[in-house]
Amino acid sequence: MSYLDNILFAILLIVGFGFFARSVKKIIRNINLGVDVDRKDNSKARWKNMAMIALGQSKMVRRPVAGILHIFVYVGFIIINIELLEIIIDGLFGTHRIFAPYLGVVYDVLIASFEILALLVLVAVIVFWIRRNIVRLKRFINPDLKGFPKSDANYILYFEMVLMTLFLLMNATDLHLQNVPGGFSHFHKAGSFPVSQFIAPIFNGMSNELVMLLCEAFWWLHIVGILIFMNYLYFSKHLHILLAFPNTYFANLNPEGQFDNLESVTKEVKLMMDPNADPFAAAPVDENAAPAKFGASDVQDLNWVQLLNAYTCTECGRCTSSCPANQTGKKLSPRKIMMDTRDRLQEVGNNIDANKGVFVPDNKTLLNDYITAEELWACTSCNACVEECPVNISPLSIIMDMRRYLVMEQSAAPMSLNAMMTNIENNGAPWQYSQQDRLNWKNEN
Amino acid sequence: MSESLVVPTMAEMLAEGKQPEVLFWVGCAGSFDDRAKKITKAFVRILNRTNVSFAVLGTEESCTGDPAKRAGNEFLFQMQAMMNIEVLNAYEAKKIVTACPHCFNTLKNEYPELGGQYDVIHHTEFLKGLIDDGRLTVEGGQFKGKRITFHDPCYLGRANKVYEAPRDLIQKLDVELVEMKRSKANGLCCGAGGAQMFKDAEPGDKEINVERTEDALEVKPDIIAAGCPFCNTMLTDGIKHQEKEASVKVMDIAELIANAQDL
Repeated sequence: MSYLDNILFAILLIVGFGFFARSVKKIIRNINLGVDVDRKDNSKARWKNMAMIALGQSKMVRRPVAGILHIFVYVGFIIINIELLEIIIDGLFGTHRIFAPYLGVVYDVLIASFEILALLVLVAVIVFWIRRNIVRLKRFINPDLKGFPKSDANYILYFEMVLMTLFLLMNATDLHLQNVPGGFSHFHKAGSFPVSQFIAPIFNGMSNELVMLLCEAFWWLHIVGILIFMNYLYFSKHLHILLAFPNTYFANLNPEGQFDNLESVTKEVKLMMDPNADPFAAAPVDENAAPAKFGASDVQDLNWVQLLNAYTCTECGRCTSSCPANQTGKKLSPRKIMMDTRDRLQEVGNNIDANKGVFVPDNKTLLNDYITAEELWACTSCNACVEECPVNISPLSIIMDMRRYLVMEQSAAPMSLNAMMTNIENNGAPWQYSQQDRLNWKNEN
Repeated sequence: MSESLVVPTMAEMLAEGKQPEVLFWVGCAGSFDDRAKKITKAFVRILNRTNVSFAVLGTEESCTGDPAKRAGNEFLFQMQAMMNIEVLNAYEAKKIVTACPHCFNTLKNEYPELGGQYDVIHHTEFLKGLIDDGRLTVEGGQFKGKRITFHDPCYLGRANKVYEAPRDLIQKLDVELVEMKRSKANGLCCGAGGAQMFKDAEPGDKEINVERTEDALEVKPDIIAAGCPFCNTMLTDGIKHQEKEASVKVMDIAELIANAQDL
């Protein structure tokens, strides 16, 4: 009978982690729908990037208020995972504060730091909520952040408020029971409770049995809450807490201004410019070659890093708030580019799941059904969005790949750009001047 | 001002059996745009005065392909790039200086993979180098005590992390360098990059160059310094839009240096 709790707990863990593993598998499968790109070189610089940007939060603190509050929540999250380890062991084996006897004073320090962090997280999360819902910072009320993404942000905050409160209440009841004269059940003195000692007095008038019941309830709600939250990640922008790490590792290391040279184009241009090439020769046949498509119209045309970027995006909107086009009222929002990419990728993934592992064309594409040409043409390629992103996402690379599709596959550039390109083709300059006049300035006054 | 410019071409140099210290890549704007031509000439005046051995490609130069690439036309870009690389390699060019951050970025970052390996520097870095080597000395001259703010071109700053060279040069002029609220990595685009120069902006509330000019005017400068012919045009238009052309000038750093030296 007494093992019932432990069995129930084990089942909960297995179900929680099982569902989570299924989600992770789906995410990896979906990211691999992208085109391959080599991001395994220069591992030293990549580890450094990850250490500085994801672990060290170096880009978060560029906006100090959000940066520091975020560090509270982030450190809280990391540290409290140690506490979680104890909770899992206690839950599985029916022990209580299993680490306490082994760690002694260290345990007190640990518990005290968890408590302080829990309080800091609570404060940070409340400030975040106020910034979103009362102060209403512009990037949080932008039209590209409506519906679920807007609620998602608040759900996460509520979740964290509840989890931290449960953690502190759990400790408070525990402390109360530790201090019952003569001892109560298995609640021996352990830990130091700088925060929850102020909560504990509210249980003073209650019977020990009731406080015990509450303590167990808080404990169960806390762990169940964590398991639910973990499984909520898949549906949420909160996925960044995991993906920020690989995302910064695989991020672009080249100068921001260096756009990739399309290799498929290089081959054709070389052939075109080679005076020895036989223009009538049949193209060499490559059995495995997919029909070449220039640029991207859908998520499968993007590379896997761009798709990883989409899952990593936290929708914080720093990119959009620094985008010159967005600031001057144009439709482009780099954040929306990332959200659209993820939404479409999710849709494609669901399609594959529903059709036994194969994608059945659904007459939709990322281009047009999600992202319009107007948004793409508003970009000045200034890299402000890339510079701002706290986890090194590049909305610009997606914009550029989609422009390539518009121009090279559909010849759908704005008229004035076509004129510019014709000029370059004919005169070697974007304006209609003869190449022979290029040095005229030398003799002009 | 009346002394004529000495502008040798690579072809002329080759005929004489000489290789210049540096190839000056003028760029389309610097060759054809009336405003940008003044920047080109100012830079050449400095090169002439400091006896730098340089040459231009002249009629053999062609668009780097930057606007085509950023508009999405990779074919046109690579054709331009490979033609230019053929010419540059034929002259065995090693060091290239340019006053256009777009040419700078493309030559420096996007040509190597296509077979064009050069040491490419922006003219502000080059001028800084001349000063550091003692080949050029600069004093404030007519700019002494003026308030100057510098607009970071995206393709020089964020794209290639060149922030200090232009600022160092401005500070040599005994002026007050004032920073806009958005500068360096946080700088705001002038609105011309990504081939926007060659098309109308998408519908919005405002033009980007007007927004950027407001940033600049906020610090009450006498001069807005730029290091890019396109930024120069955009900000000059912005100043006109605000009807400030009588009190605020937009000048390239090469022009500031040349004018301070009365070249």
